[in-house]
Amino acid sequence: MTDRKIRVLVAKPGLDGHDRGAKVVARALRDAGMEVIYTGLRQTPEMIAEAALQEDVDAVGLSILSGAHMALVPAILDLLKANGQEHVKVFIGGIIPEEDIPPLLAMGVAGVYGPGASTETIIQDIRQAVVGSQG
Amino acid sequence: MELAESLLAGNRLALARALSQVENDTSEGRQLLSALFPYTGRAHLIGVTGAPGTGKSSLVNQLARFFRQPPGGGKSSSVAIIAVDPSSPFTGGALLGDRIRMRDLAGDPGVFIRSMASRGALGGLAAAASGVALVFDAAGFEIILIETVGAGQAEVDIARLAHTTLVVETPGLGDDIQAIKAGLLEIADILVINKADQPGLEKAERALKSMLELAPSRTNGWAPPICCTIATQGIGLADLVDAIHRHRLHLDQTGEWQQRERDRLRAEMELILHAALIDRWRETIPEADYQAVLAALLERRLSPRQAVEKLLNGGLP
Repeated sequence: MTDRKIRVLVAKPGLDGHDRGAKVVARALRDAGMEVIYTGLRQTPEMIAEAALQEDVDAVGLSILSGAHMALVPAILDLLKANGQEHVKVFIGGIIPEEDIPPLLAMGVAGVYGPGASTETIIQDIRQAVVGSQG
Repeated sequence: MELAESLLAGNRLALARALSQVENDTSEGRQLLSALFPYTGRAHLIGVTGAPGTGKSSLVNQLARFFRQPPGGGKSSSVAIIAVDPSSPFTGGALLGDRIRMRDLAGDPGVFIRSMASRGALGGLAAAASGVALVFDAAGFEIILIETVGAGQAEVDIARLAHTTLVVETPGLGDDIQAIKAGLLEIADILVINKADQPGLEKAERALKSMLELAPSRTNGWAPPICCTIATQGIGLADLVDAIHRHRLHLDQTGEWQQRERDRLRAEMELILHAALIDRWRETIPEADYQAVLAALLERRLSPRQAVEKLLNGGLP
């Protein structure tokens, strides 16, 4: 299907108090023609993996400001894999220290975006990762 | 089919993928629907519709909790939820946010929530919603809750799909003239006044009551009850679920269930038949003839109705 919609789950794991960044990205992806499933604040890794499964998404965008990314991200990646969804591309946005980026990418994260990243770049990267992997 | 088999065996990933195939109307999705059809016809489809912001998602959340764990210790039912939100008419994108209000249901294997974008359909549902409901039905879900796009007055497709339709209002929405207009209110099997702690409840109840008194009874003597709820606090849910059970019983006892199934399946078959007949007939008309009639139409030499007559008679002389 050439006009198949890209479905993206935008989720906020952990205990962050606000979701402004996540909403900006969700809105930008919507305006780029994607179907964005938005789950709101304070999601556990289990809730995120379950939503990704039920919604059969192509990509998951995680917004993490709390600093807990090195614990949350591997947990979510493991759960996705356990559910048979290793094909789902995972993107991370938020406050991620420079030195944590290489290990995150090594775990299988498709992209990491800090404050000031352009939504254009995020949109292009998601498109490329999803469409590229469909062959 | 492999996907159909593992779906019927209870595999949730297979179910999720099957839903996508059906939603995208792929050839695999079409085959799936045919393969699964013999396993359907058991689920109770409950539609929840109403204006944006009336609390449909919160109500669906509470209904699902109730069906999962009836407070009186009654039988627990598995619940699938189809939550439809609008697609942007400009970009085709959509923000599907109904899950935000359904987080209470996370972690329960007896619940499966699927968000759908309306993808251009105007009746308050998505074109593939009936197919998606059918897949859930085959997968063994006993209750299927279908939440429509925030609907105004004319998005009434849900009544054709669901066995029981809930129309959700809130206090302070319009006067008694709004209530007697045709459309949304007419399709209600059960009227819900949600946010019942807001001012204007009595007035809203009175307006709806007088509307119901004026309306001729539609289906074999069922009088749509009015249920008042405060969904975010779970208040009034017991009465609402009781009304749903009574409606189900009514459908069974009066033969209305069969009648609705018959109407729905017939409409669905005829829809497919229309498309198939047009496709087949188009193959018999040379493209040049079709274009010639189209040109005559554009030049106002033929009206649309005359153009169709010409085409059915084999094109322009």
